[in-house]
Amino acid sequence: MTRMKAAMRPADEDELAEVIRVATTHFSVQGGGTRGLEGVAAGAVLETGGIAGITLYEPGALTLVARAGTPLAEIETALAAEGQRLPFEVPDFRAMLGRQGESTIGGVMAANASGPRRVQAGAARDSLIGVRFVDGRGDVIRNGGRVMKNVTGYDLVKLMAGSRGSLGILTEVSMKVLPAPEAQATLSLAGLDDARAVAAMSAALGSPFEVSGAAHWPGRGTFLRIEGFTASVAYRAERLAALLAGFGRAERIEGAGPWPEIRDAAPFAGRAGDVWRLSVKPSDAPGLIARAGAEAHLMDWGGGLVWILTAPGADLRTRLGGFSGHATRVRATDPADGIPALHPEPPAVAALTAGLKNRFDPRGLFNPAHAGAF
Amino acid sequence: MDMPQPNAAILSRKARIIERLREVLPADAVVDDPNETRAYECDALTAYRCPPLAAVLPRSTAEVSAVLKICHDEGVPVVPRGSGTSLAGGALPTADSVILGVARMNAVLETDYDNRFIRVQSGRTNLSVTGAVETDGFFYAPDPSSQLACAIAGNIAMNSGGAHCLKYGVTTNNLLGVTMVQMDGTVVEIGGPWMDPAGLDLLGVICGSEGQLGVVTEATLRILPKPEGARPVLMGFDSNEVAGACVSDIIKAGVLPVAIEFMDRPCIEATEAFAKAGYPMCEALLIVEVEGSPAEIDEQLGLIKQIAGRHNPVELREAADEDQAKRIWLGRKSAFGAMGQINDYMCLDGTIPVSSLPHVLRRIGEMSKEFGLDVANVFHAGDGNMHPLILFDANKPGDLEKCEAFGAEILKLCVEVGGCLTGEHGVGIEKRDLMTVQYAPADLEAQLRVKDVFDPKWLLNPAKVFPLHVTQSRRAA
Repeated sequence: MTRMKAAMRPADEDELAEVIRVATTHFSVQGGGTRGLEGVAAGAVLETGGIAGITLYEPGALTLVARAGTPLAEIETALAAEGQRLPFEVPDFRAMLGRQGESTIGGVMAANASGPRRVQAGAARDSLIGVRFVDGRGDVIRNGGRVMKNVTGYDLVKLMAGSRGSLGILTEVSMKVLPAPEAQATLSLAGLDDARAVAAMSAALGSPFEVSGAAHWPGRGTFLRIEGFTASVAYRAERLAALLAGFGRAERIEGAGPWPEIRDAAPFAGRAGDVWRLSVKPSDAPGLIARAGAEAHLMDWGGGLVWILTAPGADLRTRLGGFSGHATRVRATDPADGIPALHPEPPAVAALTAGLKNRFDPRGLFNPAHAGAF
Repeated sequence: MDMPQPNAAILSRKARIIERLREVLPADAVVDDPNETRAYECDALTAYRCPPLAAVLPRSTAEVSAVLKICHDEGVPVVPRGSGTSLAGGALPTADSVILGVARMNAVLETDYDNRFIRVQSGRTNLSVTGAVETDGFFYAPDPSSQLACAIAGNIAMNSGGAHCLKYGVTTNNLLGVTMVQMDGTVVEIGGPWMDPAGLDLLGVICGSEGQLGVVTEATLRILPKPEGARPVLMGFDSNEVAGACVSDIIKAGVLPVAIEFMDRPCIEATEAFAKAGYPMCEALLIVEVEGSPAEIDEQLGLIKQIAGRHNPVELREAADEDQAKRIWLGRKSAFGAMGQINDYMCLDGTIPVSSLPHVLRRIGEMSKEFGLDVANVFHAGDGNMHPLILFDANKPGDLEKCEAFGAEILKLCVEVGGCLTGEHGVGIEKRDLMTVQYAPADLEAQLRVKDVFDPKWLLNPAKVFPLHVTQSRRAA
């Protein structure tokens, strides 16, 4: 395999397709290079940043279409000007992963990168309603569209979301966006252990008060966010505090609160060790944390997402034994230590993954579909 | 609409195939008497009918696996069936196929309020999922209008929606995991009660694959806490354009109603004659529903009424109590029944960008005159999912064909303005031959490759979704 020094950066979709058609080498596909998994990408860097620009934005239809290399910041600025936003609260892992660069919307979607609001507004994949991509044959493929209800044929849009550049290279994405709320408030509960914190978050998420963030940051507090019109936020914050009275007195925090740090897994930035993400049933989280031998941890998504910091090279999966859910190592001190970044799949699922990879990228040009399987 | 010629070799082996199926299923779970297989000859797209070779009604994932292994081995096509409510012909059999009905698999397997999910067998009806959790204050959000009868299996196959998608999304946004049996009998678990996939989002492509990738036997579904309350407001306008602009302004203002329903004059007139809901006679009518506490509802409806006021509504009626709320919804919910009173009708399901609404409605009106068939429009305006109802007379020779041609023109128009052929009903056989209008050959080929992976022998529901000429070589292989 030849390694190229300079990154390739096609100027448009046609040029990208041509590059792929004649390619003889592996590519490491990236948007801004801000969030890829360690050890997954290998080969010549192929950047999508040249294929950029917002192509359609209709605030009245809650729809935005942009080329994949469009900087995330450009999209967020355009949305903010109309009082709207991406629903899924894109995390910024640069500090935690020690990366530079500018996130692109294609990279966000290829990573299915979703923040605390995932519990209420869904993941990136839930906002993605249409894609264009170039597959491993160099064919341009379109799926979905710009309307939010669309069941015409198979949903390759979802398949592309979170596929980490393994099946094809996104060139354009269509998204459902949402109005930004007028107000937000955060309730903070102090002194809860993991199990009590999950119980409090479950009670909040099981209430009708539309909690849009539920996280537990050991030592800092258990946090619950409410967003919407001002009067409604005040009403729901009060009702929620009353509902949670059994967990202690909830303090109300105005403004952004701890959410940007929780979203970005900031407590692990600059701290040595491997960083893992566990996707589990919230009520299982406290027990898994106890078994993990974590040096630090953080729960988001009501306990459904657990961030764990371990000593370098410790295989968390072995330590946890069999459990329901999966663990991804998002930051490896030594990416070559033999621990796969992605959770190994059961054989029948791995066979489907391999089959899709083989059909979409028969020459194996792109990022491996599953670090455990390839 | 053509279906493939039945495979004579399979028909000749019927006795042996039935015998093998009986070896793995209880006697009452294999239906092969022609008088009884007739019950499975069609779904809710009743214009097309064909009794299957046999129907099987398994009670467990293991039985489904055993059946599929045999059919795989014998090379027999299998058509999965939930409750048979598909409007697109998704469960239409061929004479050489086995209908695999999941209706007997309707148990609730696990209810978990702390983690907010329910796990059910896939034959359970949509409404009875909510029924299992509502006394505890929860509900399952997707609510297709057939929800009393339709099965979760079919909802997953078609990625069903409903009236409340604007806020809660469609099936794919509320599905956490499935147990699925592949055509060769392999049982796979995809996803579970957690929030993101371990690797590729296989669940995302399984949902909406119209029973072509596997038979889903169990599903883990997200359940949500019921809102404190909901209240609709009804607004009448003197043109479709103005009503469309009002929808757009409401959305832009930052209100996110749970539903925005739109009815045009022909639809208002028909439902008024049928249900007598007391609707104003006007060109276009919107029903907007919001949720929350009484004070939150007041706040949102206040804003919505203020916006509507700028569009000179001819009527603005807010429900003061439960009874008035029911009356506001009465006409909308009777719309399909009302049209059925007038004549036979075909219900379309194209989606368009909300901004194209006035243009599309005007063109449909013009085409209605050209084809000489009446059409009424009722649809989910917030998400652009249209439901034009074309009236025709099934007993009049040539009328069905004329209606289908008219329907095809409307769907082409939907694609032309940037929308799609189907928003929530699925392609089935109904829109199969229009797929080339929306997708280029490479777009379709990419989808066929997905099926190649899940069902290499192309035995699961093979004559659906894609034009027959496109799948010919794969089905024949």
